[in-house]
Amino acid sequence: MSEIVLQIDGKEVKAQEGMTIVEAANTVGIHIPTLCHHEKLEPYGACRICTVEAESNGRKTLVAGCLYPVENGMVVQTSTEKLYAIRKVLVEQMMAHAPDAPQLIELAKEYGADKDRFDKDPSFCILCGLCVRYCAEVKKKNAIGYMDRGPRREISFIPEVAAKECWDCKECFPLCPTSALQAAYVLTEALLPAQPEEEGGCSCSASGCCGG
Amino acid sequence: MPRIKSPAELEAFRKAILAKRDDKKPCITLCSGSACHATGSEKVADAILAELESHGLKDQVDIRRTGCHGFCEQGPIVVVYPEGISYLKVKPEDVCEIVSHTFKEKKLVERLLYVDPNTGDKSSHEHDIPFYKNQQRLILGLNTKIDPKSLEDYLAVGGYQAMAKALLQMTPEEVIGEVKGAKLRGRGGAGFPSGTKWEFARNAPGDQKYVVVNCDEGDPGAYMDRSLMEGNPFTVLEGLLIGAYAIGASEGYIYVRQEYPLAVDNLTVAIKKAEEHGFLGKNILGSGFDFTVKVHRGAGAFICGEETSLLQSLEGKPGEPKPRPPFPAVRGLWGKPTNINNVETWANIPVIINKGADYFSSIGTESSKGTKIFSLVGKVNNTGLVEVPMGMPLRDIIFKIGGGVPNGKKFKAVQTGGPSGGCIPEEYLDVKVDFDELMKMGAMMGSGGMIVMDEDTCLVDIARYFLEFLSDESCGKCVPCREGIRQMLKVMTAITQGKGKEGDIELLENMAMATQGAALCALGKTAPNPVLSTLKYFRHEYEAHIKEKRCPALSCKELIAFHIDPAKCKGCGSCLRKCPATAIEGGKKTIHVIDQEKCTKCGTCIEACPAAFHAISKLSGVPVPEPPPQSARAIA
Ligand SMILES: Cc1cc2nc3c(=O)[nH]c(=O)nc-3n(C[C@H](O)[C@H](O)[C@H](O)COP(=O)(O)O)c2cc1C
Ligand code: SF4
Ligand code: SF4
Ligand code: SF4
Ligand code: FES
Ligand code: FES
Repeated sequence: MSEIVLQIDGKEVKAQEGMTIVEAANTVGIHIPTLCHHEKLEPYGACRICTVEAESNGRKTLVAGCLYPVENGMVVQTSTEKLYAIRKVLVEQMMAHAPDAPQLIELAKEYGADKDRFDKDPSFCILCGLCVRYCAEVKKKNAIGYMDRGPRREISFIPEVAAKECWDCKECFPLCPTSALQAAYVLTEALLPAQPEEEGGCSCSASGCCGG
Repeated sequence: MPRIKSPAELEAFRKAILAKRDDKKPCITLCSGSACHATGSEKVADAILAELESHGLKDQVDIRRTGCHGFCEQGPIVVVYPEGISYLKVKPEDVCEIVSHTFKEKKLVERLLYVDPNTGDKSSHEHDIPFYKNQQRLILGLNTKIDPKSLEDYLAVGGYQAMAKALLQMTPEEVIGEVKGAKLRGRGGAGFPSGTKWEFARNAPGDQKYVVVNCDEGDPGAYMDRSLMEGNPFTVLEGLLIGAYAIGASEGYIYVRQEYPLAVDNLTVAIKKAEEHGFLGKNILGSGFDFTVKVHRGAGAFICGEETSLLQSLEGKPGEPKPRPPFPAVRGLWGKPTNINNVETWANIPVIINKGADYFSSIGTESSKGTKIFSLVGKVNNTGLVEVPMGMPLRDIIFKIGGGVPNGKKFKAVQTGGPSGGCIPEEYLDVKVDFDELMKMGAMMGSGGMIVMDEDTCLVDIARYFLEFLSDESCGKCVPCREGIRQMLKVMTAITQGKGKEGDIELLENMAMATQGAALCALGKTAPNPVLSTLKYFRHEYEAHIKEKRCPALSCKELIAFHIDPAKCKGCGSCLRKCPATAIEGGKKTIHVIDQEKCTKCGTCIEACPAAFHAISKLSGVPVPEPPPQSARAIA
């Protein structure tokens, strides 16, 4: 891996080839906000809150800092007015779903976002995909997946897999920036067939899905 | 059929085909493209066969069933050779006359000829019809000359000459040089220089490389790729093969959307015949170059046309875009260097190799070379597929070729570039159509959709319609696209329903900025275009909807009312009889009145009211006048 020199917010940064802009910025203490990014998971690029401005070969473009690889001589800006304006809108749009999510409340403060700018939508998931990717990439169980597309896209536990795997794992729960995952799980649990005793007991705890 | 093993054998084979053909022998050509098929060309074909048989002419007249001629609105189309007489809207009942008049007596069947709606002039030949006369059909032209299932037909018009030339007389670098010299830009949307893209793929490290044809074509109303693939799959295959040779790929994929079964059929036949003749497989024409092709049927989602999604879909995964870099040219299908081009792009390649970069780049504008096929639809007299040199003014396309706006209505705007394109108003009709000029207008070339709109079209509602399409078709992965379009659509819907608020325009602009800037793929990045381009040229219409609750085009249902002018109503009762909502009150010799509560705003009554009376009109932004009291409704 060869070393690369770039500039982030006016600071000269030495980075390794293959690093992302977010990683390179971290090495010099420049913080780029992220929501759907997680060190253990493949970069995904769903929330776009990490959008930064990158200039290379004379071309200026807006890119997702969590997945864009650094290039030699690249000039990156992480906190221009335009970027603040974009992040503000994105936070507001996500807050239409999850107005009480702590990370969103933090970001709203930073970017002056109004949590009530858009009508509320009763689905609390912001589709960051952390749960889906954690289950697929780390646990390799694929107990959660996406359904449908566009504005109807949602995450969903696969009941047959969830019944076997989730009850004693739940490792994805703390990753979820909103309360959506727990809610989805409880909902799935309610729909699950009762686990036969010999296969590890009934998976339902609080929801009373066994029907008494 | 023995394999053809060298260019010399290919030429001998071509000569043998030509020797069997007689230019002077009568031939009846019937368009069997999808549109003509839908309007009954199958039945016409049966009638032709039966009629020739009954006249004992079966051996004296050839029949050729071709792909789309472009003038679909006038189909089924029959062209009689050697004269080239063009008959339009042919029905099975007409065939008897065509055979007896045209073949036996050498006379025209006048009533099947094209009549110019503006001048009343008749045209007997395809090249006299204004729709065709002003086109330059470099790519589409072959459609009318060949049966898409006949390799012999394709060879007869010079097919596979470009392949032979590229494989045996040119190095891959020379082929790329020719494509670069031609300055061909991709016809699938972004207009990226094709030669440069090929060079990236050629220079990318790796032994295994792929070439892909993008025949997903998801834009509503656009069907140029479909027509090319259905009408002339050989040319697309030939272009692909030449590209594969240049790039160093030994495998190709053709991604065709599920809704195009005829394209898949014809393509499958073309591949099979090419394999039998040795134009695919090992050691093609003895050049040492090996190449195979597979057809993949796509599920038919708009986002699968985007190149990274398409590749995901080819691998059997959900068709969702991937961030770039890495670009497909470096890491594409199964992680290997891959070059993907649009159908029309590939179809341009044989022309460039045959006629040379200089010829090709002599057509078009400084920045955009060659011709472009447009799908001209909407409020225009001659709808269909139109191929013109780059740089033709919009006005010529719409008025000279398209014949202008029907029913004496006024032209309002033309939307180019598909759902994420933009609308261009009348004052810019002289703009020369090329990639960069359209972009400057806030519109784009896209894949070549062109929708003409007249004075009755509400541009705010059109923008709302495209947003709705894009919202449905977004993959939903990233926030600026999924949430941004969803929220913009909410605001646009409210505006067209008369629920717009002060500040909505600024809110739309703010969301558009975030979505354009932050979305992952080009679907999201370009999704705000319909809103931004209509705001640019028709902002006053947004303002009328928001501030005056008025739809200037009298089109948005929630903002209009139907009204019968008591002074004009003659009490004829036409409207009352036709109204499906029984919303009209009246009687003999009585002024009719519309019950606004019951009216569904379907517009039937306006059509029904005799033109001589013209008593019914649409109102918007003004209160509906009180109807005359019952006692005053009698007409003297
Ligand atoms: C949402 C979306 C849909 C697209 N659909 C198509 C399509 O149907 N056909 C096509 O050729 N290109 C389509 N494209 C463009 C392709 O991504 C790609 O640029 C093109 O196939 C490259 O070929 P070209 O260089 O020959 O234009 C689409 C792009 C986007 C963003
Ligand atoms: S449930 Fe939570 S972790 Fe999973 S996608 Fe939704 S917001 Fe992200
Ligand atoms: S821009 Fe839209 S279509 Fe593209 S990745 Fe994002 S959500 Fe999917
Ligand atoms: S617009 Fe339709 S529903 Fe209304 S009065 Fe006319 S015909 Fe009847
Ligand atoms: S953190 Fe980069 S896109 Fe979500
Ligand atoms: S299908 Fe016949 S002209 Fe288009």
